[in-house]
Amino acid sequence: MLNKLYDWIDERVDITPLWRDLADHEVPEHVNPAHHFSAFVYCFGGLTFFVVVIQVLSGMFLAMYYVPDIERAWDSIYHLQYNVAYGKIVRGMHHWGASVAIVMMFLHTLRVFFQGAYKKPRELNWIVGVMIFLTMLALGLTGYLLPWDMKALFATNVTLNIIESVPLIGEPLRTLLAGDSVITGAQTLTRFFAIHVFFLPALLFLLIGIHFFLIRRQGISGPL
Amino acid sequence: MKENRHEEMQNKELVEKEDKQKITRRQFLSYTIMGVSGFMAAATLMPMLRFAVDPVLKTSAAGDMIATGIKESDITSEPQRVTFAFKQEDGWYTSEVSQTAWVYRDDNGEIVALSPVCKHLGCNVDWNTNPNEPNRFFCPCHDGLYEKDGTNVPGTPPRGPLDRYDYEIKDGILYLSMRPKPVGGV
Repeated sequence: MLNKLYDWIDERVDITPLWRDLADHEVPEHVNPAHHFSAFVYCFGGLTFFVVVIQVLSGMFLAMYYVPDIERAWDSIYHLQYNVAYGKIVRGMHHWGASVAIVMMFLHTLRVFFQGAYKKPRELNWIVGVMIFLTMLALGLTGYLLPWDMKALFATNVTLNIIESVPLIGEPLRTLLAGDSVITGAQTLTRFFAIHVFFLPALLFLLIGIHFFLIRRQGISGPL
Repeated sequence: MKENRHEEMQNKELVEKEDKQKITRRQFLSYTIMGVSGFMAAATLMPMLRFAVDPVLKTSAAGDMIATGIKESDITSEPQRVTFAFKQEDGWYTSEVSQTAWVYRDDNGEIVALSPVCKHLGCNVDWNTNPNEPNRFFCPCHDGLYEKDGTNVPGTPPRGPLDRYDYEIKDGILYLSMRPKPVGGV
């Protein structure tokens, strides 16, 4: 059934070459845990991506119930967690997945660093990777405020104070991010929400796209 | 003889084995990978989908009857406007909602509680406000008309009779359902 459908499309649009480019490539022996068990360290990048996919999916579903308003945010999360079926699970996936993504990404970074895989000709991909790292940290930071509980509020106060201490542009930068020069409130929440749900994911997809393109272009670094 | 039979059995087993080995190593691995990734995808997506369809599967709590503050003895054969309010829970948002009904006693002494929402485009109908159409419900938006029992007058925009509230008399007080129900019929 599926084969026939695939053939039907392939006959008309010729997608096999595209598919080959994307997915059908050999895994070198030194990267294959079946040959050398220690090669499991090469899994961390893929695991990071897997967790990111889970974050995107669970986030999309959470947005069905969440309201980015200071009077309703906490109530809406309470509702989705305790009154909606599987609410605890879906929110739990997003909550714990956020930490797991950072951990996996960190392990991936350590592997690349200690294997020297960032060296010529892969410096560009290292730079893109660092940008992904920062984007993911920013996603974690902006997402932290959204439940609008005490922990979120005070953590964000600290963040904004740190940002305010940036030389010269600190104060306008704080206002830009918080929506107000002194209050951490309604406008801060909507801004963080927009950044968390629209701006940063768009940036992340772009960067991950470049990251993967460069890997396919340059191949995985050779054995140590 | 015995040995021959033994050999025969062995041959048979070999033949069967060859038949069974139609799955190649590559196929086996790809089926395994498909199975495992299918399981992982299902485990990831199942809670999310159940989470999303929850409103569809929840039974609505529309069965409650609300006290209106109108005494049974005050209900006459002349339709009167009755408003009643209740707390509505909408997810994380709780609010006071008010409903309106046209209440009267019909010729058999039965209580009738009609929804004022016009079945054409949802304006509110009024009793006896059109001087040309006495003792009918009139909708000012597109001149919709209903008889006293809620039946729509043919030739006017509404395509069905007015909805009705369920009612109940408790301790001499009129109770109405939260939402009106459509009346079956043509």
